[in-house]
This record gives sequence, C-alpha cells and structure tokens, in this order.
Amino acid sequence: MSYFLRRLAVFPLVMLGVSIFVFIAIRLVPGDAITAMLGTEGGMLTPAQREALTVYFGLDQNWAVQYLRWLGGLFRGDLGISVTYGQPVLQIILERFPLTLQLALMSMVIALLIGLPAGVYAATQADRPSDLLVRVFAMIGQSMPNFVVALLAIYILSVGFGVLPTMGRYVPFREDPFGNLAQMILPAIALGTAFAAAVTRISRAAMLDILSEDYVRTARSQGFSQRYVIWRHALPNALIPVLTLSGVEFGYLLGGAVIVEQIFALPGLGRVVLDAILQRDYALVQGVVLFIAFNFMLVNLLVDLAYAALDPRIRYGDRP
Amino acid sequence: MRIPGALLRHSAGRIGLVIIGVLTVAAVLGLLGLTPHDPLAQDRLARLQPPGGSYLMGTDLFGRDILSRLMVGVGQSFTVAFLSVGIAATVGTVLGLTAAWFGGLWDGVAMRMMDVLLAFPAILLALLIVAILEAGMATSVLAIAVVYTPIFTRVARGPALSLKTRSFVDAARTFGSSRRYILTRHLLGDLVAPLTVQFTLALAWALLTEAALSFLGLGTQPPNPSLGLMLSDSRNLMEMAPWMLIFPAAVIMLAVLGFNLLGDALRDIADPRSRRALS
Repeated sequence: MSYFLRRLAVFPLVMLGVSIFVFIAIRLVPGDAITAMLGTEGGMLTPAQREALTVYFGLDQNWAVQYLRWLGGLFRGDLGISVTYGQPVLQIILERFPLTLQLALMSMVIALLIGLPAGVYAATQADRPSDLLVRVFAMIGQSMPNFVVALLAIYILSVGFGVLPTMGRYVPFREDPFGNLAQMILPAIALGTAFAAAVTRISRAAMLDILSEDYVRTARSQGFSQRYVIWRHALPNALIPVLTLSGVEFGYLLGGAVIVEQIFALPGLGRVVLDAILQRDYALVQGVVLFIAFNFMLVNLLVDLAYAALDPRIRYGDRP
Repeated sequence: MRIPGALLRHSAGRIGLVIIGVLTVAAVLGLLGLTPHDPLAQDRLARLQPPGGSYLMGTDLFGRDILSRLMVGVGQSFTVAFLSVGIAATVGTVLGLTAAWFGGLWDGVAMRMMDVLLAFPAILLALLIVAILEAGMATSVLAIAVVYTPIFTRVARGPALSLKTRSFVDAARTFGSSRRYILTRHLLGDLVAPLTVQFTLALAWALLTEAALSFLGLGTQPPNPSLGLMLSDSRNLMEMAPWMLIFPAAVIMLAVLGFNLLGDALRDIADPRSRRALS
C-alpha cells in the first residue's frame, strides 16, 4: 500500500483510539458524575431526582453502551451540553476557535518573518561573528518558555512605556481590527518567540546542508551570483524542513495556548480547556480535548503528506 | 568515545555543563534544606524587600526569601524532571525495543497506543492526567512521564528495527546468545547515544511542562515553592517588585537553556555529521 493510503487509513483508527482514551480518562476522575456536574448543589438532590438525572444522562448504562451513545452523538455533531456554560459543547468550541486560529496564524507569521531571514542569513555567514550572534539568540529564544516571554513583555511595556496591554473584554477582529490586533500582538509575540528561534535553527541547518551540495557549487562556479543561487536553488529546497516544523508547531498552537491565553485573559480554546478541567465540566473537557486532538492530528497528517509530495527522495519504509 | 571529555571540548557543551552544574548544586542544597533562610518562613517586617542585605534576591509579598525559595524550587523542578524523564525513558525504551524485536501484533498494539498519546499536544495530555488524579508533585511526575514516553518508544524502535536485520545480530544468534542477551547487550548498546541525547533534551521539555503545570496551580501546591508558582505570584506585583519576576524567569530560562545546550552538544558528539548544521 502506498504511504499516502496507509497514512490515511491509520487516521480514523487513531481517532477512534483517542476517543476511547478520552472517554475512559474522564470516567476515571474520582467522584460520581452527577455530583461533579452539579457541584455543591448536588447535595440538595433527593434520591429520586438523582436517580432521574442518572437515567437522563445514561449513566445507569454500562461504559460500553455509554461510549457507543457518545460516539453516535459525535457523528451527529452532538458533543453534549456543558454544565457550566449551559450551551452545547460544539457551539462553545466554534465560538472560541476563531481566536485560537488567529493567534496561531499570527504567531506563525511572526516566527517565519523573523526566523527564515535570520536562518538564511546566518547560513550564508557561517562561522562568522554574525552567524554566532544569530545562533546565540536562537538558542536563548528556544529556551524561553512562552509564559516567561509573556510576563517579561508585560513588564517591559508597563514599566518601560507606562502602557498596559488591554486585557478587559476581547474585541473580535471584524468589530475593531486595530483594537483586536493591539490585543493579540503581545500574546502572538509570546507564542512566536520560541517558534521563531526554532525556524531560525532549522532554516540555517537546511541552508548550510544545501549550500554544500554539488549542484549549488556548480551553479556558483558557472558565475551565478550568490544571491541568485540562494533564491533560485537553495531556498526552495531549504523550505521543506521549515514547512514540516512550522506545520507541527502550528498544530500545537491550534490546541490553544493554555497559559498565554490565561495571562492575557483571552477566551480561546486553551482557556476553555483549563476552565473545564478546573470546573470538572466533563462534557466540555471531553468535547474540546477531542476537537483539539483531531485538529492536531489532521495538521500533522497534512504536513506529512505535503512532505512526502515535496521531497520525492524520501522513501517511506517502516514507520519510524 | 569519552563523553565527558568531548563535552568539555565542545564550546556549547561546556556552557551547558557549567549552567546545569551550578543549578544542580543550588538544587541539592535546596533539597537538603541548606538555604540562607527558611523558604517558608514569613518575615512580616521584610515584605517585598528589594535584593540586598540578608535577602540577596529580595523577598516576596509574605516576606519570604526569594533565593531560598528558588533553591528549593529548582530542586523540586529537577526532581520532577529527572524522575519523569527517567520513567518515560525506561518504559519507552522497553516498549520500543520489544515492539521492534517481536514485531507482529505486539508491535501494532504498542505503536498505535503511542500514536494515541502523540495525538495530544503535551500540555493538554498533562492537564488531562492531572484532572484524573490529585494535583501535586507525584501527579506531575506521572503526567510528564506519560507525555514523553512515546518519544522514547520511537527513538528506541527505529534503530532497533534496522539493527535487528544486521549481520552481527544474526551472528550472535547463531552462537546461541539468548534473546534477552542480544537485546540488552547489542541493541541497547547501540541505542545509548540517541537515547542520551533524547534524555537530555526531554529534561528541558519536562522542566517547561512542570513549570507550566505549577504556574496554572496544577503542579506543586503552595506554600511549597516552585518556579512556576513563583512566576505566577509575580504577576500582580511585577511593577512594585520586579525581582519576584526576574529571578525565577532567569532560573527557568537558564535551566532549559542548559539542558538544550547539553543535548545539542551530545548530539554533535554522537553524530558528527550534525555538528556544522545545528551547533
């Protein structure tokens, strides 16, 4: 079977595994679901009411039946109702996802705008002081946790410039583009820093590799300028590993930036997951986690397929 | 190949060794309780003191010594990181080796299980596990171990698959070596280098994940100090007491940087081809 088909065939299987994993994980949480759903109000239920709720949510059935019901609901787009929000889980996800998507895109743009030129430049200056400087910065950038960058950015802004990032109500892009960008730029920088550092390192490494290839040396010896050789021959090939790395990082970011969204009070998917876990809102945890895992796997699949399509040298034998 | 000597000759490796060495000394002193002050003792007369005097890195809102808390916090972070990555490396390697060696159904089951774990972004999987268990240090260790096990499984399985078909393993079998002997002596021997590199880099990720969990209040529980909690505490006081932010931030960054530098250096030493590219 070709690599493409095998990769596509495995996808639904792994998704099924993920759904079983999430389903069981949630049921391992101590305490019964009714008490967890209603919190302290659960104590005020009469035995009859408790019984009725148990039947209503299907909790009197065994796990297999419960799982199949949940799975059936998934196929109809029914992820259940969130107790804390009083809304369908799918609706909550669809409301929050645009913010997370925008944040992930902005971070990726920042990372590529900084990382790609820095990496290519460093490769052309290999082992000179400017290359060393780029490498040191990249190494430090890669070691900065995003929440440390976020806190330092807030500190520098507030102490150095006397401004505080807007953290009140979230302004959607279509309502007020400038207000929205002002609100999103710091979180995007916080998430984009380590990402940019990783892009710098990988693009430098890829460029160095390619610049030492015979065909590049041949092109240089035929009198083509350095600039022409880099743009025409080296860069397109160096972009392949950058694409892979960016895709995987982007997939991570689509899962929501739990801490950065919390620091900047942004109502994205990361915030929802964290709140749902803290509030023990199981339907919501189940739904959002599944949604995130689905996106993450889908992006990884697309990256793998694009990689295989772009670089025919890669032979896929046994899975690594 | 002498790894310690080679590390000392590698410039990034040298810096990494110094950083991790200094932090490890601080961590051990912190864990042994040999800190300048009691990390939990509150000095009401010395709240939010700037660095200087008997409080080298200042004090927090409760008048607790930041330096002492950092030392214990680093000790605690390193303990979680080493334990969790140790578990992940052991379990992951055993899974990867046995999957490669026995193949068939076991290989399929083990690798699909790892695929399921890899379908989650790291922090999300850790959060999910913390939700099932009680938040705290032991849970952090377990959660981080689960998150990074698949990586070791893959690192061990790939080379083991290709080693399995090489002639020296066939030779060893012909001479009547037992499976277990071949697995431990030959395969594990060849895997030491990639596993060491992965182990060191995973320590950096584990430190980040631990700090993230405690930052969210789902790792080490107060009043015990941890790097993530200290950063979280600094949030509302950073203008008044920037030392509460700067020192823990610097320590986390240095720790992650140190392990990253060591990991990169080890990779260069293990695989000289990557030397020019990634150093």
